[in-house]
Amino acid sequence: MGFFFEVLIGGLLSGVMYSFVALGFVLIYKASGVFNFAQGAMVFAAALTFVGFQELGVPFWLALLLAFAVMVVLGILTERIVLRPLVNQPPITLFMATIGLTYVIEGLAQGVWGANVRGLELGIQDEPIQWLLEATDIGVSKFDLFGAGVAALLVTLLALFFQYTRIGRALRAVADDHQAALSIGIPLQNIWRIVWAVAGFVALVAGLIWGARNGVQFALTFTALKALPVLILGGFTSIPGAIVGGLIIGSTEKLAEVYLGGYVGGGIDSWFPYVMALAFLLIRPEGLFGEKHIDRV
Amino acid sequence: MFYREAGQFKTSYAADQQIFPITQDRVGVLLILAFAFLAVPVLFNEYWLKAILIPFLIFSLAALGLNILTGYAGQLSLGSAAFMAVGAFASYNFMLRIDGMPILVAFALGGLSAALVGIAFGLPSLRIKGFYLAVATLAAQFFIVWALTKFEWFSNYSSSGVITAQEIEILGYRFVSPEAKYLLVLAIVVLLALAAKNMVRSSVGRAWMAVRDMDVAAEVIGIRIMHTKLLAFAVSSFYCGVAGALYAFAYIGTVEPEGFNLDLSFKILFMIIIGGVGSIVGAFLGAAFIVLLPIALDVMVQEWLSGFLSPSISSNLQLIVFGGLIIFFLIVEPHGLARLWQIAKEKLRLWPFPH
Amino acid sequence: MSGRHIGDVILDLQNISLRFGGVKALTNISFDVREHEIRAIIGPNGAGKSSMLNVINGVYHPQEGTIVFRGQERRRMEPHMAAMQGISRTFQNIALFKGMSVLDNVMTGRITKMKANFLEQAIRIGRAGREELEHRRKVEEVIDFLEIQHIRKTPVGRLPYGLQKRVELARALAAEPSMLLLDEPMAGMNVEEKQDMCRFILDVNDQFGTTIVLIEHDMGVVMDISDRVVVLDYGKKIGDGTPDEVRNNPEVISAYLGVAH
Repeated sequence: MGFFFEVLIGGLLSGVMYSFVALGFVLIYKASGVFNFAQGAMVFAAALTFVGFQELGVPFWLALLLAFAVMVVLGILTERIVLRPLVNQPPITLFMATIGLTYVIEGLAQGVWGANVRGLELGIQDEPIQWLLEATDIGVSKFDLFGAGVAALLVTLLALFFQYTRIGRALRAVADDHQAALSIGIPLQNIWRIVWAVAGFVALVAGLIWGARNGVQFALTFTALKALPVLILGGFTSIPGAIVGGLIIGSTEKLAEVYLGGYVGGGIDSWFPYVMALAFLLIRPEGLFGEKHIDRV
Repeated sequence: MFYREAGQFKTSYAADQQIFPITQDRVGVLLILAFAFLAVPVLFNEYWLKAILIPFLIFSLAALGLNILTGYAGQLSLGSAAFMAVGAFASYNFMLRIDGMPILVAFALGGLSAALVGIAFGLPSLRIKGFYLAVATLAAQFFIVWALTKFEWFSNYSSSGVITAQEIEILGYRFVSPEAKYLLVLAIVVLLALAAKNMVRSSVGRAWMAVRDMDVAAEVIGIRIMHTKLLAFAVSSFYCGVAGALYAFAYIGTVEPEGFNLDLSFKILFMIIIGGVGSIVGAFLGAAFIVLLPIALDVMVQEWLSGFLSPSISSNLQLIVFGGLIIFFLIVEPHGLARLWQIAKEKLRLWPFPH
Repeated sequence: MSGRHIGDVILDLQNISLRFGGVKALTNISFDVREHEIRAIIGPNGAGKSSMLNVINGVYHPQEGTIVFRGQERRRMEPHMAAMQGISRTFQNIALFKGMSVLDNVMTGRITKMKANFLEQAIRIGRAGREELEHRRKVEEVIDFLEIQHIRKTPVGRLPYGLQKRVELARALAAEPSMLLLDEPMAGMNVEEKQDMCRFILDVNDQFGTTIVLIEHDMGVVMDISDRVVVLDYGKKIGDGTPDEVRNNPEVISAYLGVAH
């Protein structure tokens, strides 16, 4: 039983990591209706930029700030060059454009910083918490717990930002109805720039946590692929959905790998979340927390 | 030049419904076919045939398949490469396990296997749309590659799923030389392209486009949505499957499931975006573009920039150029090269008296 | 309207109720449609008129009530089956296939009548080719009838609104329907376009004997061309009868006509 809980907790905590990336998707989707496939590339680019600056001898906090600045610039450029000319295009066109954006960001980031794998040190070890292991025989990684804590903090910050600031209110208005928001004088393009900047920040945090765990490497872009089933499960428009979806995907994925993987030769975590999300979609096409859509004729 | 229809009056619906109603188009296509079949094998050297023309034709076929599904029926798929893998591995196994299996039949069976798998993964399209569906097709991409790697039966118990395609032999003739392989691939691609063209200009094609443009109205008119969508998945996967089989048998030779990864799926998607979504000729233009672009970039980097840039930069440059072009085409010409070609034709119809 | 005689009831709706979640769109509505007649459904915005049409051709499924079409009670019917039985329709907001030409749009109207399978079509010899020609001929008759020959090969997206409405009617007519449902066929048209559309509706009814159920806001038009009118308000039926009867129904006057149109 202890083993079951260890797997479950490990899964839940790694699910939090998926939620990080999913969160970036949700932010952009909510505000601009764009399904931003490039979120994974942004995670990669952010982490790589941070490490790159550190390698140049820039201290931790300044590197963090510089990486954030780069992500903001990236967001603004994306809004200006990609999104603005594509306003009013079908969502699927915008989605394909973000696939293109993915390639551009990956190419740029590797072109500037190089493609070799780097370590990233946040000062927290990926080892079980000793007293918990001794007391309950359940191994919980310190690092995973730290990641979960950061996630909780981030979600709280975002919630406060959306709820209580003027920009947050404008963001929610834009998410509800672009036209209506425009008509009461909310500058749509500013809002989009801010959202992309915030998504860039979320990508940076995700990139640091993921990068510290697995090394800063190209594989970080695949975090986007991990986040997609989370989104399907949680719905594209819901921040709690991203968190709950992440927890569900993370835990079932690990449990499935441990308890089912043996029968089929392992490695099922590449597709299991997708198949699960798919099965779920067939029952509830709008996701756990998504809004139901009725076709009108 | 002289691309003029003046004087070509159609006096029957049959004449108006020909596959290429304009005389110049008809002549043009015949010339291109004659050139491709007769002149190309003589004029081009082994490198061109093996490294450019054969992959170009094979990718055209895959892009054609995706275009049927995405361009005509409006269902975005990110799993084309996986269906190619099914075609390749199925053909390999039919050849391996059934004595005296004719290779062309094996290709067709490979395509049919891909079609069946396509139908299975197309089922969610009945409930979900847009990028929800796109994400669902990723399930196909990951699951198929995983299954082909993990279940060693598919690769006849070779390590990590690598297969070596059997030799192509038809009626005692062995297709070994690049010229022979090229001609075989060309013949298959031309036949399938004609079939695709016929389908999209018949009622099945109209049903696909109707579902793409407005599914509720399509249903009210009497189109069975489920049947129409699944047929699109099946036909599209068949094309991808045959392309996959040719990829293994006539191009690469030795393939592994990982070779049919998400990147390849994206590449095929890029071909139809750049070539033209919802256009048969677009699939060919897009494939040519994507096949030639990396080669052209490499040449340019070596010729002009070798002093400034390290060679490793060229792969990143490729990424940036690919991505940038996708965005560029989506913004500037969402109907791709095919639309540019059409505009050029319309201009030529009036040239040199544009008013 | 010479030579046309109104026949028996071919569509009978009894006690139809339709709800979306807690919202009642239609409450206990009964009315019938006779063969060859022009039957209008009128009512203020949100009265449930479009919902009524959607119930008739199977887009919506009412929770209660019975629908008898040509003597057969139907349970749950999908829209494409309604099309098979000869019910065609047009939509309030034009629902043409934007990426296709006028000709292709109208050709889709004959899809239920085309028998060749996709393999025959891919090879295009024998039945498939013949079929395309036969149906093309039929479609051209409709195109002639509605006077849209000159835009045959134009993509529908490029056409002005009035012509798009006409193409949509052509697509519905191409199916040679026995019953035609028209959802605000004249909305947003200028007077001349309205006159044209009226003429087409009357001609269709007269020449092909097509039964027509239409929703329309222009009261002048409705009173002129329809044989019988049913009036809805807030999802309930408040009047039913000839234009004269409806005009003089006090409940109708207060609910609808009182607000001059």
